[in-house]
Amino acid sequence: MIPQMSRITRVLFENRSVATFELDACVDAEPGQFLMVWLPGEGEKPISIMDPDPLTITVARVGPFSTALHQRQVGDAVGWRGPFGRPFTVDGRHLLLVAGGYGAAPLHFLARRACDAGISTTLALGARTGDDLILVDRFRAIGCTTVLATDRGDVGYQGFVTDAILPDLAQFDRVAACGPEAMLYAVARMCWDAGVPAEVSLERYMKCGFGICGQCAMGDKLVCKDGPVFDIEELRHNRDFARFTRTATGRRVSL
Amino acid sequence: MSPEEVDLSTAICGVHLRNPTMLASGIVGLSGEVLARVARCGAGAVVTKSCSLKPRVGHPNPVVVDYGAGVINAVGLSNPGVEAMVAEIRDARELMGEERVPIVASVFAHSIYDFGTVARYISEAEPDLIEANISCPNVEEEFGQLFSSTPYVAAQVTRRVKSSTNIPVIVKLSPNVPNIAEVAKAVVAAGADAISAVNTAGPGMLLDVESARPVLTNRVGGLSGPAIRPLAVRCVYDIANAVSVPVIGIGGQSDGRDVAEMISVGAVAVGVGTAVYRRGMEVFRHMTTELAELMARLGIDSIERLRGRGLPAGAPGRPGSDA
Repeated sequence: MIPQMSRITRVLFENRSVATFELDACVDAEPGQFLMVWLPGEGEKPISIMDPDPLTITVARVGPFSTALHQRQVGDAVGWRGPFGRPFTVDGRHLLLVAGGYGAAPLHFLARRACDAGISTTLALGARTGDDLILVDRFRAIGCTTVLATDRGDVGYQGFVTDAILPDLAQFDRVAACGPEAMLYAVARMCWDAGVPAEVSLERYMKCGFGICGQCAMGDKLVCKDGPVFDIEELRHNRDFARFTRTATGRRVSL
Repeated sequence: MSPEEVDLSTAICGVHLRNPTMLASGIVGLSGEVLARVARCGAGAVVTKSCSLKPRVGHPNPVVVDYGAGVINAVGLSNPGVEAMVAEIRDARELMGEERVPIVASVFAHSIYDFGTVARYISEAEPDLIEANISCPNVEEEFGQLFSSTPYVAAQVTRRVKSSTNIPVIVKLSPNVPNIAEVAKAVVAAGADAISAVNTAGPGMLLDVESARPVLTNRVGGLSGPAIRPLAVRCVYDIANAVSVPVIGIGGQSDGRDVAEMISVGAVAVGVGTAVYRRGMEVFRHMTTELAELMARLGIDSIERLRGRGLPAGAPGRPGSDA
C-alpha cells in the first residue's frame, strides 16, 4: 500500500497542544485501527483514526513529527496509508469507554459506531487538568454520557478515572480503553476481577506498521498486526503488558 | 502416496530441520518470544534479525512499503546490539522447550574485523548456526559497497567469521552482482559451511508522484517478495552449479509450489520473509502442508529426492554428485 496524499480541509485546536485535522478523504476502517501518516521529508508515524468520514485525526504536539504536522494549514497535503491493525469489537448493550488523555481520539470513532448501533455508551475520560480533557463536546454530541476526572480536580472527580468509574462497573457489559499503559492495566485488572469483557488499545514504537519488522513486539504479540486492540484475556499472561516496552533499537526496557 | 508419507525433514551442516521452511532474517525476529511463536507456527528453523556490536536505530520511517508486486524496505539494520540479542536467543530457546527448532543467529558489522568480534560474542548464546549478513543493500551510504560485491572481500569476511567461532557459518549473498557463482566459490574456499541467497535486490526506488519524493526516507531500499522470485531461483541455480555446500534459498517464496521450485534448483531449505506478512505467521504450516501435497502428487517422498532435480547432471549442488 503506497501512501496517498490528501489535503487538509479544516484544523481545530482542542487545547494548547492538541489539534484535530480533517482531510478531503474518507477511509474504510473499523474503530481502533490506525493509519501511517506521512509528511514527506519529516517522517511517518502511526496515528489513530478519530473519524473515518471525512478522515479526521487528532494529534498532540509531542515531538518533531507532530510539531511539523501542527504547522500544516488548510490546503496543505498530508500522506497516509492504511487502515492497519485489529479493531475494537462493537458489541454489548451498555458500553463503557475509558480514555486517558489523547486516548480519547480512537474511542471517539468507536463511540460513533456504538451509538449508531443503539448501544448505550458512556465515556469516562481522565487527564491531568480540565484543559487536557479533549473531545468531550464531540462525545456528548453523538449521544455519550460522560464522566470526567482530573489529577488536580479542577474538573470532575479528583483522581484516577479508573477509581471514578469502579463503583459503577457492574452497570456495563463491555469495556473499551485507550490511554497510558498503567491506566490500561488498571482497567484490565478491574475487568478481570469483575468478569466484564474488555479490550484495550496498546502502543509501542512502530517501524513498518504491518507485521514485517518485529519492532513493536510485546510479549509474543506484534502490536501493529495482532493489535493494537487486544482482548484483556490475551494479555493475562503477557510478560510485557504494563511492565516492559522496546526502544527504537528494539532493546527491551522497563516501562 | 499420501502427503503424510512424505519425509519433509532436511539438514544444514548436520543441523536437523523437521521441514525446509525457515523464518528469513529481518522478519519479526527481534524478540525471543516472537521467535518461539514462529516455531509454534510450524517453521523448520528461525533466523534472528541481524545484530551488530552496538545498538542501531536504523532509518527513519517510512521504512517498508508494499508496492503490490513486492515489498521495498530500508529498515537500516535496526537492532538492540549483540548483547541484547544473546539474551533474546537464550529466551527463545527456553520458551521453545521440547518443541525446539534450530536457531540461526544473523550478524553484521561495519568492518571485517568487527565481523569476527560480533560472531565471537553471539556464539555465547550457542545458536545452532551463524549467518553472516554481508549483503544488506540499505546501508551502502554508511558502509560503502556491500562486502558481498567482490569475491575477494566476501572471502575475507568469511575467513574472519570462521576463525572467530566453532559454530557452522552461513554466508548470505546479494543478488546484485554480475556473477554470484564467483562470490559463492570464493566464500566456500574461505571456509563458509553454507550459503543463503538472496538478500533483497536492487536497491530500488518508489516515488510519490504528487510530492515527487521517494516514499522511503532512505530514498532507496531492497526489493523482496514475488517480484524477485525468478531472480532468487536463478541465483540459487547458479550457486548450486558452482559449489556443493548447503544452500538456503530465499526470495519471494509464497507457497508450497515455490518451496518445491527453490529446492529443485538445489536449495536444502527456504527462507520465508514477505510471505509472513502476506499470509500471516501461520504461513509456515500452510507452506509445509502444500509442499507435502505437491510432493505426494509428484511421487517424490523426500526432500533429498526433490533437491536439485532442476540442475544439470553432475552439478555440485545435486545430491549424489561427487563434487
